[in-house]
Amino acid sequence: MENTGKNIITKETVEYVARLSRLSLDESETDRFRGQLEGILDYIEQLKEVDTEGTLPTTHVLPSMKNVFREDKLTPSLSNDDALANAPSKKDGFFKVPRVIKD
Amino acid sequence: MSSKYETVIGLEVHVQLDTETKVFCGCRNAFGAEPNTQVCPVCLGQPGVLPVLNKKAFEFAIKVAFALNCQVQKIIKFDRKNYYYPDLPKNYQISQYDMPIAYNGKLNVSDEAGKVREIGVTRAHLEEDAGKLIHDLSAPFSYVDLNRTGTPLLEIVSEPEIQSPEEAYHYLVTLKQIVKYLGVSDCNMEEGSLRCDANISLREEGAKELGVKVEIKNLNSFKAVRDSLLHEEERQEDLLDEGGTIKQETRLWNDSKNVTVSMRTKEGAQDYRYFPDPDLVPFEVEQETIREMKADIPELPEAKRKRFTKEYALDESDIEVLIAEKDTADFYEQVAAKAGDAKAACNWIKGEVMMHMNDRGTDIKGLGLDPENLARIIKMAVKGTISGLSAKEVLKANLETGEDPVKIVKEKSLEQVSDEGTLDEAVTKVIEGNERSVNDFKSGKENALSFLVGQVMKETRGKANPKLAGEMLRKKIAETR
Ligand SMILES: [Zn+2]
Repeated sequence: MENTGKNIITKETVEYVARLSRLSLDESETDRFRGQLEGILDYIEQLKEVDTEGTLPTTHVLPSMKNVFREDKLTPSLSNDDALANAPSKKDGFFKVPRVIKD
Repeated sequence: MSSKYETVIGLEVHVQLDTETKVFCGCRNAFGAEPNTQVCPVCLGQPGVLPVLNKKAFEFAIKVAFALNCQVQKIIKFDRKNYYYPDLPKNYQISQYDMPIAYNGKLNVSDEAGKVREIGVTRAHLEEDAGKLIHDLSAPFSYVDLNRTGTPLLEIVSEPEIQSPEEAYHYLVTLKQIVKYLGVSDCNMEEGSLRCDANISLREEGAKELGVKVEIKNLNSFKAVRDSLLHEEERQEDLLDEGGTIKQETRLWNDSKNVTVSMRTKEGAQDYRYFPDPDLVPFEVEQETIREMKADIPELPEAKRKRFTKEYALDESDIEVLIAEKDTADFYEQVAAKAGDAKAACNWIKGEVMMHMNDRGTDIKGLGLDPENLARIIKMAVKGTISGLSAKEVLKANLETGEDPVKIVKEKSLEQVSDEGTLDEAVTKVIEGNERSVNDFKSGKENALSFLVGQVMKETRGKANPKLAGEMLRKKIAETR
């Protein structure tokens, strides 16, 4: 995408991102986030000016740390009661949620 | 399929790895527990928890990658695949985007006629499985069980190089066989430890560009994969012939109606917004791990097939039966060596032994048959110490009691009677009691003799040496002429 640093976040972009995150925004929120998201992209544009010639891409913020494993050993799980303790709705040991398939 | 179009198929296979614990936490990785009893803050996606990679799952994934002739990557990293669905409480799945376990593998797939074609493996990556949803049909609710969440899952993606539904079927059979040989998954489709999605498109014969692809989901067996692809191939062909266009979409296979049905797409295209998971540091595969994993790969089906062909004088189809499962192949080799008769060992295993396995719904391990014992039975049968019929009886008794076959033969006095004096009485009795068959034989009906031999076997409760009984019958009937 051509990045001019200005007006690249449209109202539609904000609505699209909100929909992906299952958020419903009203008109004023959409407008506010449009400005904020654009601000973030402007900042990235500024960062792009830094000379990174010869610098490896960062795959992690802790570059010296790697290969952190655990052994394949059992640790206790939660009881069913504890697992469901914070659930707003439950039934027969299950979490209960609004139906997620369309019929 | 008319010759006007070429079919292009790609398969995505998910294999659950058979580790003791989950991929990022220490909860038990097992099928069939009570709902939400194998969960902890990590796999429930509670805030502030830290996933830590299970070393065994990582090693299993690398082993499969090597067995599929992949290039295992030097640096491996995990990413978050973002999507919102109650089967994953974190709202993202830990998966791998651009630095997976491995790229560029290949699989030699042979069809029924034994023709081998190489199918490319694009990549293999490690990820966590999601939970399970049960939908209430009478009320607007779904129920969530998160036991499966965090089960280590290896996704193996093929190149779009499969040319027919039949070849897709054979690709899956071959892949499953290799994974089972490695002992990293039981590949049980009914329990979901092997799952498959298929992509299919058609293009004009000789065209370079790929056609519009359709993804098929809800495939619960290899047969369903083949049948759904056959159906979809035909549907797309008809549509193209009528001048229509194929819509890029996901279709669900309906097993009972034998059709694919368009899955009404969620609003907008999928957009997973992958980014590196900051909770997991990168992984560098050490040379030592590579050596260990490579050393740990057993002889795979392809190599075994070649060696069996060279070492044992067996039919191709017999070899396929023996090497289908690694345990059966190992068992066969032990029996063949101990019995000193490769052909007899093969016949016994694919016959009686597999019959007992089927009866009990188990595999060679579950049958608990000692190869030494089977070898003893085969030796006695080959030598003629016991008849074939008695040998089967001894095997049955050995499976029930585990007792030494030689002892069983003694206790049941099953030793074959190969002594004319002892058989004489039975032979005389059979000749006297079956006048019609004797006359039939006299008038040239050869098969009347096998009936008479059968009667002698019956008379001696299976102990007579049938060859000897036949000879004696001939002689005696000739004498009475
Ligand atoms: Zn857990």
